[in-house]
Amino acid sequence: MRIEEHPIVQFEKGHLVKFTFDGKELEGYEGEPIAAALHAAGIKVLGHSPRLHRPRGFYCAIGNCSSCLMVVNGEPNVRVCVEKLQAGMAVETQVGRGILP
Amino acid sequence: MITTEILVIGGGPAGLKAAAAAAELGARVILVEESDWLGGQLVKQTHKFFGSKEQYASHRGIDIAKILSQPLMEHELVTVWSSSSVLGIYEDGVVTVQREEKHIKIKPRKIIVATGASEKVLPFPNNDLPGVYGAGAVQTLMNMHGVLPGKKVLMVGAGNIGIIVSYQLLQAGVEVVAIIDGAPKIGGYLVHASKVRRAGVPILTGHSIKEALGKDCVTGAIIQQLDDNWQPVEGSQQELEVDVICLAVGLTPLTDLLWQAGVEMAFVPELGGYVPLRDGSLETSYPGLYIAGDVAGVEEASAAMVEGKLAGYEAAKSLGYGKERAGELIEQAQKELEALRGGPMGEKIRQGLKRLAR
Repeated sequence: MRIEEHPIVQFEKGHLVKFTFDGKELEGYEGEPIAAALHAAGIKVLGHSPRLHRPRGFYCAIGNCSSCLMVVNGEPNVRVCVEKLQAGMAVETQVGRGILP
Repeated sequence: MITTEILVIGGGPAGLKAAAAAAELGARVILVEESDWLGGQLVKQTHKFFGSKEQYASHRGIDIAKILSQPLMEHELVTVWSSSSVLGIYEDGVVTVQREEKHIKIKPRKIIVATGASEKVLPFPNNDLPGVYGAGAVQTLMNMHGVLPGKKVLMVGAGNIGIIVSYQLLQAGVEVVAIIDGAPKIGGYLVHASKVRRAGVPILTGHSIKEALGKDCVTGAIIQQLDDNWQPVEGSQQELEVDVICLAVGLTPLTDLLWQAGVEMAFVPELGGYVPLRDGSLETSYPGLYIAGDVAGVEEASAAMVEGKLAGYEAAKSLGYGKERAGELIEQAQKELEALRGGPMGEKIRQGLKRLAR
């Protein structure tokens, strides 16, 4: 869900680009955080905790808390709340602590 | 190895003011900021600030960020490194920075740490479910990126942040089901509180969250009334249907670098947690390391700006700059701080600061 009109802020957006989330094609704006693009597409569960497999979303949205770690283009533990979306990115839910490429 | 006279760590209100003040007196400054923008959390504050002219009252935070950062970008004595993270401060005075995939060493003569604060969490069952977000996170998503956090929000915390973010949610078209706070009284300014109440949002003081509901994401919350001893009142539980639980339960200083540098710290709940001891010039136990803003104790952005200015002048003065003007400028900054902390709202801060003098 995106804000179409706001009384104070005007949002400057990049180009609309395609990326994949767990293989499924989605769209988002280039340069916005990956987490924002996912959230706008209705995706809140970004991964699962390593031990108890609890669902994980973002919490702080400024790269402090490490709750939003995902696999991006094969690289695990990417903080998607601050990592910018680029065209063609492959974003995947992370299982456990992630495997280094 | 890169050298500079003053290294400022953090490009929020305190760091920007610190860099500007130091450069004003003639010192050479490098400012390192983790994000790719300057202004810290100001860039998501869409509301107008209170206070006096010196702290940009009646300007919106988003505009203050520009007012503070633009002159720095053009200043010949200031180098701004954004998208750069300080990794450590070592005993030989070397500071390491990660910038453009490189590991860089800087040897500054003075350091000003202005790293800010991070949001606190509240313990309750299912507080880890997606849909439980910090109030700042909701602002980031909504005011910076134009994405709505959800449809129906429970706001936990009736301090200024909880109330202001509730109002911003309403502006973005989101329903705020209720604002709750465990305390018997509203913590934020009543001007703000009246505004959200007029918009139909109930503020329930003496109420806490018992648990979040939902399997994969938040689908609801159970709240309950608290008695005078903060114990749950039997039979007062009620279920709210919400998809976002927003936590505005305070901030805690981001002190990791100070701990790593071995700065002497003390636990002061009034200021948000562990904070560094400091003298009147905001210098810590680590010689030549100054602090400013929320990392020195959580307050309003206005106080952060003045502390930044003070630390900047002090650091430059200690290097021999501003022989004629520094004294007066420092005294003026100290007066501004006193005025900001003067009223009844500043009582807690004054008590906290008393315990930190060195």
